Amino acid sequence: MEIGTVLPAIAFYLFASTACICALMVVIARNPVRSVLFLIMTFFSAAALFVMLGAEFLALLLVIVYVGAVAVLFLFVVMMLDVDFVELKQGFAQYLPLGGLLAFVLTVELIVLGTTFRLPENFSAQVPIEQGVSNIEAFGLVLYTDFAFFFEAAGLILLVAMIGAIMLTLNKKKGVKRQNVSDQVARTPKDGLELIDVKPGEGLS
Amino acid sequence: MMEIGIHHYLAVSAIIFTIGIFGIFVNRKNVVIVLMSVELILLAVNINFVAFSAHLNDLTGQVFALFILTVAAAEAAVGLAILVVYFRNRGDISVDHINMMKG
Repeated sequence: MEIGTVLPAIAFYLFASTACICALMVVIARNPVRSVLFLIMTFFSAAALFVMLGAEFLALLLVIVYVGAVAVLFLFVVMMLDVDFVELKQGFAQYLPLGGLLAFVLTVELIVLGTTFRLPENFSAQVPIEQGVSNIEAFGLVLYTDFAFFFEAAGLILLVAMIGAIMLTLNKKKGVKRQNVSDQVARTPKDGLELIDVKPGEGLS
Repeated sequence: MMEIGIHHYLAVSAIIFTIGIFGIFVNRKNVVIVLMSVELILLAVNINFVAFSAHLNDLTGQVFALFILTVAAAEAAVGLAILVVYFRNRGDISVDHINMMKG
């Protein structure tokens, strides 16, 4: 057995098993905070698998976007919601047989399909991966040229998601004094000053 | 067994995908875990795309995985925002109770 083939295999089985076990822990952990931490571990392992496949850019993106942004967002929401953790796991045992059966059948089906399919013989790559060009350079060469439209569409999706998330969670509380800049700018001396002609001996009532 | 091919990656992807489906089934009281399960499913799809991209020597799969990552991030943001609003209105995050609109 050659060391050159054994080491990648060991690394693959290590990362793959970590990813699968942590993914399972995400859904069966009692505490949602632990679920988020297991989710982070799953994404790290998946990033390692991406590196093994030669997709370094996506691997680092997975770590930055998921661990840096999405998982922290999940963590914030979990800590913000004031819910009873014990109550959250009710119904787990009730749905376990059906869910387990379905998951088992689906896993067997997908693995059978994945191990028996044959790739088409006459496949020609649309954007071939060239040797000697780094992964991120190859990305940059096609992302802003061949896939420019999709890139802009992705930006639009992110913009819409940002506006949607802000609009959903923004709540204006009644009774809180806020600064209104346009009102302040539109104010004229006529609005702010009132001249009252006070008659002698009567005063203001 | 020692030669790691595309089938190994497809098997990992299949397992993570079904764990995601399983998570949606069993977590009826916690929408946060359901959202995390959706993230797991999208991760499994991404592993599939990258594995095929590496196997077929075509970068298109990786570009597509990048866009899936974008959509997944947007989905998580909007989903969590809806969840926060829902919790503010109802006081719990159970899937079973999301039928107030009776649609």
